[in-house]
Amino acid sequence: MSSVCQEEAIAMRRCRRGSPEAFEVLVNRYMKDAYCIALGLVGDREDAMDLSQEAFVRAYRNIKHVKPGRKFFPWFYQILKNLCVSHLRKRRHRQAASLDAEGCPEAAATEDCFSPEAVADRNEMKDRVWQAIGKLDDKHREVIILRHFQNMSYDEISEALFCNKGTVTSRLYYARKRLEELLGTANGGCINGVS
Amino acid sequence: MACHDYKDLMMGYLDEELSDEQKRRFEEHLAGCPECAGELKEFRRLKAITDEVTLMEPEDRLWQDYWSGVYNRIERGVGWAVFSVAAILLTIYGGFRAIEEIVRDPHVELIFKMGLLALLAGLAILFVSVLRERIYFWKKDRYKDVRR
Repeated sequence: MSSVCQEEAIAMRRCRRGSPEAFEVLVNRYMKDAYCIALGLVGDREDAMDLSQEAFVRAYRNIKHVKPGRKFFPWFYQILKNLCVSHLRKRRHRQAASLDAEGCPEAAATEDCFSPEAVADRNEMKDRVWQAIGKLDDKHREVIILRHFQNMSYDEISEALFCNKGTVTSRLYYARKRLEELLGTANGGCINGVS
Repeated sequence: MACHDYKDLMMGYLDEELSDEQKRRFEEHLAGCPECAGELKEFRRLKAITDEVTLMEPEDRLWQDYWSGVYNRIERGVGWAVFSVAAILLTIYGGFRAIEEIVRDPHVELIFKMGLLALLAGLAILFVSVLRERIYFWKKDRYKDVRR
């Protein structure tokens, strides 16, 4: 077991006994990952900060239920993902309700609006890619975020998603196919000079 | 194997996740399949575009305050739990004393006292029924121990 894993296992043991100091070690280690994943899933910086912090709070309350020997991050990721999915569901419901109220029900099935301010060194091309990622299905967006923005290996992704590597590669394939469609890069199409 | 069966290997090849043997097998297929070669080229283009997008990180100040934000929420959660328990206890106690006074008061009419007691009995039956239903479904929930 590596020293990082050992340190994490010790911190989790102490957390189970109710030590907030030990939990701080875990928060400091994973806060940036948690924020970036939440940002990738919900597309808004303030919401991402709030949801990632809330996920840590819930993790602290439930850490005593984690079986000894289990890694923290895959378990924590499930909490974070569920929070983000639930947040998106509420947001879509609100958007649909407001569009309904405005009398245009055909637009009620709206996609997620990904705020372009979330992207560093913005330009038109990056904004389009970000918007396209926002239009992916939740499960496709998830693998794109974990692979492209978190640089996670297939093994790490399959561990976080509780699925096998075949499912990860399959989801990545269809996610990228859909992204190509949305960006119009399939069959030789180009986006802002990238061809 | 049909081209469709190579999609997993194609993703692995693109992301450099294949073993040497898998890589060799895929390259062999690629050499004889212009369709897959074209698809891989398109995926490479997409990957180059996606890799250029990086997410904006919050300022350092926000990272410094991150833990205190989490800690405050944990602490407040405990505060709310204690507050709620105390509020429930005080409400039950206050309610009990108020009912006791009404029941013992000789000036209050008997019909009102009976109505009040019936109301409380009804509430108690409803509470027990809902609680029993919750416990029954919780025990039968096959997924209650999943992913802990």
